Amino acid sequence: MTKDAKDSKYIPGTTVFTGHESAKGLKLNKFAYSLRLADNRDAFGADPAGYMDKYGLSEWEKEKVLAKDVKALVEEGGGSIYMLIKLGGVTGQGLASMGAQQRGETLDEFMATRNVPLKQNT
Amino acid sequence: MGKIVAGVGSSHIPSIGDAYDQNDQSPEWQPCWDGYKPAKAFLKEKGVTHAIVIYNDHGCDFFYDKCPTFALGAADEYPIGDEGWGIRDLPPVKGDLDFSWHLANSLIKESEFDLTVCQEMVMDHGLLVPLPLLFDHDPDWNVKTVPLHINVLQHPLPTPSRIWQLGQALRKAVESYPEDARVAVVGTGGLSHQLNGQRFGHTNEDWDHEFLDKIEDNPKALIDIPHDTWMERGGAESVEMMMWLGMRGALTPEVNKIHRSYYMPMLTGMAVTCLEDKTPAAV
Repeated sequence: MTKDAKDSKYIPGTTVFTGHESAKGLKLNKFAYSLRLADNRDAFGADPAGYMDKYGLSEWEKEKVLAKDVKALVEEGGGSIYMLIKLGGVTGQGLASMGAQQRGETLDEFMATRNVPLKQNT
Repeated sequence: MGKIVAGVGSSHIPSIGDAYDQNDQSPEWQPCWDGYKPAKAFLKEKGVTHAIVIYNDHGCDFFYDKCPTFALGAADEYPIGDEGWGIRDLPPVKGDLDFSWHLANSLIKESEFDLTVCQEMVMDHGLLVPLPLLFDHDPDWNVKTVPLHINVLQHPLPTPSRIWQLGQALRKAVESYPEDARVAVVGTGGLSHQLNGQRFGHTNEDWDHEFLDKIEDNPKALIDIPHDTWMERGGAESVEMMMWLGMRGALTPEVNKIHRSYYMPMLTGMAVTCLEDKTPAAV
């Protein structure tokens, strides 16, 4: 079945990164993408709110970024997990931690569900 | 003349790169390292000179402002990218400008694949995780690489059958190259994993094994599977597995299986498959 191009929520617990999600999250994702560069990581770390203002983020987006609320950014804000991961280069929030937050678990609870916990992912 | 002498499928999980750089020899990493050794030895034995690596960038070079569906590198050198955690200590990836432009000409004009050709391209973990595990790189690479990026991040994605056709077109392009080139086609990504939403951490070992079986023996059974089915079975981000179809499409319908390994430690199925044509080209 061909889904409507706007539909991104047809798999439970999943936001498919459609064109409409990408358009909604364009500023947020551009900000996160910028953090691939070391100078930008330094600038964001030194003045998070000011740095996000340069990218035109809304108050809601800034609040969710500062709260490390990846779940909200992905489910409601058009956030691309591949870009949001780069926030961890500044905040120290690793991929597994972002995952636990999206699942509503602590990192320890999440790690207990894995076959072999690898420290490189936390 | 150009010849395809090997096909390799590999995961490109970033933590493998971290553990490799840390030379992490702890027991939980041994299945991963052991999985690459037979593939690397085979590529060396076959005297591979060139690797065409079909992978996806993850916001290292490409962003959603301009998002090519297929992008081919055409340069003699590709810098190592910073994806947010610093630049890995690897020599710049060595390219082959002449070979790349030959591929571009054949793919675009003969096979009618409308590629974006990139004279500057920064290398992402999609390529950099498997490359050092398959080829020597100290002090410099013993292989010339052609990066071939496929968008699997922002939907609509290319279909699996289109990626399969790209593999077939790559074979035609390699075989029309007038210079000597012993080519490995490498497809990277997956296997099952999901990184977004409540379903984060979804994996599916049964599906991963079925996929690995079909890649070897019945790849055409995979090419009509819709994106939604890949995502439902293997997780939203597992659509990367389609990259393996580009590799497999470049080989003969039947193949010799050289090696396969599989390991599911944490978030993503780690797999390595090494194949060659049923009747290998004389080298």
